Amino acid sequence: MSKDGSIYSVLILNKSGGLIYNRDFIPGNKFVANDYVILTGVFYGMYTISARYSPVEGSDGIQTLETEDFKLQALQTQTGMFFLLTADLRYPGLPEKLQSIYELYSDYVLKNPFYEMEQPIRCKKFDVLLSNLLF
Amino acid sequence: IMLPATTNLWDKPLTKGRGEVSVSAYSFLFSEFVQYTRSRVNSDVNRIEERLSDVGYQVGIRSLELMTYRDKNHKRETKIVSMLQFISQVVWKNYFGVVAKLEQSRENKDEYMLRMKEPEEDIVVNKFISVPSDFGGLNCAAFVGGIVKGILDCADFPAKVTAHSVPIKREDPKGLTTTVILVKFHPEVLEREERVKGT
Repeated sequence: MSKDGSIYSVLILNKSGGLIYNRDFIPGNKFVANDYVILTGVFYGMYTISARYSPVEGSDGIQTLETEDFKLQALQTQTGMFFLLTADLRYPGLPEKLQSIYELYSDYVLKNPFYEMEQPIRCKKFDVLLSNLLF
Repeated sequence: IMLPATTNLWDKPLTKGRGEVSVSAYSFLFSEFVQYTRSRVNSDVNRIEERLSDVGYQVGIRSLELMTYRDKNHKRETKIVSMLQFISQVVWKNYFGVVAKLEQSRENKDEYMLRMKEPEEDIVVNKFISVPSDFGGLNCAAFVGGIVKGILDCADFPAKVTAHSVPIKREDPKGLTTTVILVKFHPEVLEREERVKGT
């Protein structure tokens, strides 16, 4: 664990807003799988709404969300997927980490012949390399 | 109407050319090839490896001629070990940019193994592939095994060639794996080797 705090979780949504990957890096989480699906559905809705009501023309939706306890960073790709990262407030360089996660996805998930598009991600190499990236 | 002059494939020179392909482009192509094979065999796992190997075989039989032609001072190999060295060095260097480690099995004299030079890595065709556990040890490098088999068959060293996944860390058998290509020669090859040993 780095001195600057740690990553709490990674979530990936497919083009339709469905959850295809979630990984918690902190122990003792009380959520069940369905909770994540609901949470990400809510986030997806909020993202879309915030994009529409933005005072700036053609803006994206929520990119960073900070609370007293954690911060959340979102990346919407050109293909309409979402990558969400929650971390400790002190954790540096979240946007760059998200980009790296996107790169890992495009390598170890998309080039995997056993992965079906838009389905939950079950690729061992992706899991292992994601851990290495974040810790 | 004047049609533009198109170069015939057979008129192109056999020299090496640029010799490099983006690993991403190759991986997408290979991934598609594996998916196509899967759909064709109706998910019978054993036959997937067979099919991958068969296509690799087609590559292999052409590779031998091409590599020996390009390797100017090459003589036809007649001994098992030199033939395998040709594969692990010349062929591997041409296709993968690295050489492979060649080992002989201690238990069986007719078995040899080709391993990765870097033990923590897998062979490049498997770089981005994670095989699900319900595919029981399938290794897509069966394609590379087929290439080796094609080369050996054409050089008159018939063998059974298979690709095996072995864990990188012995203490973590469920972890990441690397590939070992196992070459098991037919008995007549070893008999012949014995006969010419004296000469």
